[in-house]
Parts: sequence; structure tokens; C-alpha cells
Amino acid sequence: MATTTTPFDLKKLHRARSARFGDPEPVDPTPEPQFTVEDMNFFYGDFHALHDLNLKLPQMRVTGLIGPSGCGKSTFLRTLNRMYETVPKTRVTGKILLDDTDVSDFSPTLLRRRVGMVFQKPSPFPKSIFDNIAYGLKVNNLCRHKDLKNRVAECLQRAALWDEVKDKLHESAFSLSGGQQQRLCIARALAVEPEVLLLDEPCSALDPIATAKIEDLIFDLRRSCTIIIVTHNMLQAARISDYVGFFLQGKLIEFDAAKKMFQFPSNKLTEDYITGRFG
Amino acid sequence: MSKSYPPTYKKVINIFMLSLTGLAALLVVSVLLFILGYLIWNGARSLNLNFFTKLPVPVGEEGGGMANAIVGSAKLLLLASLIGIPIGLLGGVYLAEFGKGPFSFAVRYTTDLLNGVPSIVIGIFVYTLVVLPQHHFSTFAGGVALGIMMIPIALRSTDEFLRAVPNTLREGGLALGASKAQTVLTVIIPAAMQGIVTGIMLNLARVAGETAPLLFTAFGNQFWSQGWNGPSASLPVVIFNYAISPYEDWHRQAWAAGFVLLTGIFLTNIVARLLVSRGRSRAGH
Repeated sequence: MATTTTPFDLKKLHRARSARFGDPEPVDPTPEPQFTVEDMNFFYGDFHALHDLNLKLPQMRVTGLIGPSGCGKSTFLRTLNRMYETVPKTRVTGKILLDDTDVSDFSPTLLRRRVGMVFQKPSPFPKSIFDNIAYGLKVNNLCRHKDLKNRVAECLQRAALWDEVKDKLHESAFSLSGGQQQRLCIARALAVEPEVLLLDEPCSALDPIATAKIEDLIFDLRRSCTIIIVTHNMLQAARISDYVGFFLQGKLIEFDAAKKMFQFPSNKLTEDYITGRFG
Repeated sequence: MSKSYPPTYKKVINIFMLSLTGLAALLVVSVLLFILGYLIWNGARSLNLNFFTKLPVPVGEEGGGMANAIVGSAKLLLLASLIGIPIGLLGGVYLAEFGKGPFSFAVRYTTDLLNGVPSIVIGIFVYTLVVLPQHHFSTFAGGVALGIMMIPIALRSTDEFLRAVPNTLREGGLALGASKAQTVLTVIIPAAMQGIVTGIMLNLARVAGETAPLLFTAFGNQFWSQGWNGPSASLPVVIFNYAISPYEDWHRQAWAAGFVLLTGIFLTNIVARLLVSRGRSRAGH
């Protein structure tokens, strides 16, 4: 086992994390899997984008997916809620089980209600803040009209946005800053009460302060749902993840608890990547 | 290696090109202003209440108006909108959101071809299809002709504006468990609404001034046209007939009709834009 000099001091990082979030709760060593992926391959037309993936994504944990651009981590994320189906000529083989049911056995709308997703670029609908949150509830008929107000407020509170927007719920969502828009998108996703939240580089368009707020939010949310986050930012992965998967050229190189992976990566490629030797 | 020009040379080129573009812009605007001014000068003077309420009178008689042509044009445009807008809208939604492959390519291509068909040819087409079997000219035939003219523009502008809506909104809707149809109806179309309505307004403005397809469909009428089955007067055809007549009175009336037509188009445009922007500010734009 190589002791490596990582570009950041992990002990210091964990101390900083403890200072910010309090002591981490004892982590259950074997959490139940939320997703079980078996022999999964993914193709864009003839291009073989993901090779023979086998992994279990643990329930009620934050899993970070890292790897250089084009390694397939976003593609992998999109197979979990079948968002890839919007792209023509794509194909999945193998199994992806959500709890015990293959995702292909769900109707896409039901699957996506259970597995929410937030994208890289904040993408609020051109509607009011209120209507953005209410949208998922309305299209899924999840809420009676008289409860709508309370549910919207609740979601905004969960996304730590309520205090900033409570006086302007009926203004355009575009009047918010980029970071607020992204938290609005998270609140919008939370409104339909998903069991899983997929985050596709949610902070890459945000400044450090907005990023910190999203990270705080992710940390709070992991008690109530499973979070899978794709990130380019290694420090971010180290700060917020319980588990980390490292992808390279469409293959899963390593999957492990974050603490272990960042201190003692078992694969040379992972070590090279997180120490900044390539990527 | 980039050549380095002396700064004064760059400045001169800059000023020269800037004045060229400015001049071009000025030319465009001045043509429009000239037409407007000329219309107002010649048209507004011969406008009075009678123009909007009375029927035309024979040459030489005082007074008279074009109430029948104004109402006729409104009826023709209503019918044209009922035909052209639904087909254009639905077709545009299909092309932008659902259509794939060779069929949608064929639809786009034929739509562009249809857009290029001269309006007089569409007039003949409707003449053969509607007027000949019925043995008479009618408001209905005129409305059909204008409606056909509206389809390709409505379709293509809807298509373009929908495709300009960023894909992130489509994915955002789907990711919340909305179906494709729900996403299109509740997110994508509202997001493109302003563009779509503007496109339709411009479209209406264009066909409101069409003369050729009306010449042998709605034809013309000196009197009121009851219902949809008789020949009908319309502003463009009246302008045409009056302008080529030898009578000074009629020339003035033609100018006035032109002025009314243009004002009508302007007003519809402004109202539509106001409605859309108010709707958007309420929806939070």
C-alpha cells in the first residue's frame, strides 16, 4: 500500500468537515444497497461508453462519482433514472436494480419520480418560484390544492431557500442568483419526495459561497434520501461523500468508502488521478 | 502571425464600417417611415366616421365608406386563423418535439416549398377546389385561401421557437416524473409562447394584406355580405380596385383604406405583445 502525498491533506480536510458539520455519525459498515448494478454496458450507437459495471450504491448515503471528462460518470448517472432514453440510439445491457426491481420494469415517469435529478446548469422553468416547486406535485397529482402552499413552503425549507424567497414566491425564478436557482432546482426535485437524488455536477457553474451552501444542503439531505453526485471537484468529493466511485474510460476502476479511497487507494490509476498526475 | 496595423488605420476602418451599417439601418427605417408618413398624409385626411359605418357609394356621390370591406377582411382573417393557426401550431409542435427521421424532414421540406408558392397560385388552387364546385365566390373560399397561406409560416415559426427552448427545460420536466406530453404542454410551449404569438401576429399581418388569392375567391362586393357563402369585400381588394380607378375620390378612399389596414395590423401586434408580456410577468418572467 503506497502512502501518497495527495494534493490536499486529508486529515485536515476531515477536521474542517467536522468543524462545519459536527462529528460525523458512525457509519453503518454495510448499508443496504439502493441500486444494484450488474454487468451493465452502455452504448451510444456503436460507441461502447460503459464497460461491465458491477457495483452497489448504498442507501441513505452520499456517493460521489469522480473521473476525468468523458469517462462516463454522467452517462452512468443517466442510466439510473433512464434519462439516457431522450438521446436516440442509446442502449443498455445488463441489470440495474432499484431496491429489487429492474429500472426497465418501471414506467419512466414513476421511476423518475422516485429517482430525482438535478442538472449541471441551473434550469428553473420560466415560471414563478412557487410554480417551479409546485410543478412536480401538480403533474404527478401528488397534492390536493389546499395543501399546495404548505408543501411548497416545506420543500423550500428543506432546501434551505425559504428565508431568502418567502417574500417573493410569485416572482420569476430567474430573479434568483445562480446558486439560489440551483437550490430551487433541488427543492423542485425534493417536492415529489424521491428516494434517490442524482446530482450531475450541481456546483460547476457556481461560485465557492453558493457551492458551500449546496454542500451543506447535501449533507443535511443525506439523512432523508440517497444522494449520488457526479463532481469534477476532488475536494468536493472528499468533503461530502461517504462513498466514492472512480471512473476511467467507461470502466469503474475503484469503488470504496471515501475515507479509505482518498487515503489508501487500492488501484494505481486511482492514486494517480487523485494525486493529480493526470486528468 | 497577425499583422499589426497602425492604430489610425484601424480607427478609420472602424468609423467607415460603423457609418456604413448605420446608413443601412437608416435606409431601412426611412423607407418604413416614408410609407407610413405618406399613408397618413393621404389617408388620414379622408378618414371620417362614415368610412367605418357606411357602405360604398357610386362615383360622384358624397360620403360613403368601407364598412363592408372592414368587416369582410375581419371575417376572412378569422376564418384564415381558424384554419391556419391550429394546423400550423400542431404541426410545429410535432416537428420540434416529436418528429424524427425522414417523415419530419419531408414535412419541413414541403412546408418550405408551400411557403414559396406564389399567392396567386394558391388563389387558383382554392378557386378550383372550392369556388368551381360551389359555382360562386364566397367568404369561405377567401378564408380557405388565406388559411392555406398561413399554414407554412405558422408551422415553421412555431417549430423554430420551440427548438430554441433549451433542452435543460425538457430534461427538467422529465426528471420530475412528467411525461413527454406534459412537459411539452406545461413547460416548453409556455416558454416559447412569446415567440410563437409574435410569429402568428406577423403571419396575420402578412395575409391581411394579401390581394391576389382573394381576387377570385372572395372576389368583392359593393354591399354587405351575409354569412360565409356570398362574395365579400375585403380591404386589400378594395384598395386595388379603387387605386386603379380613374376617380380622385376613390384614390383618396384607397389611401384611407390602406391607412386603416396598417393601423389594424399595428394595433393587433401591440395588443398581442402586451398580452404576452403581461402573461409572462405573471408567470414570472
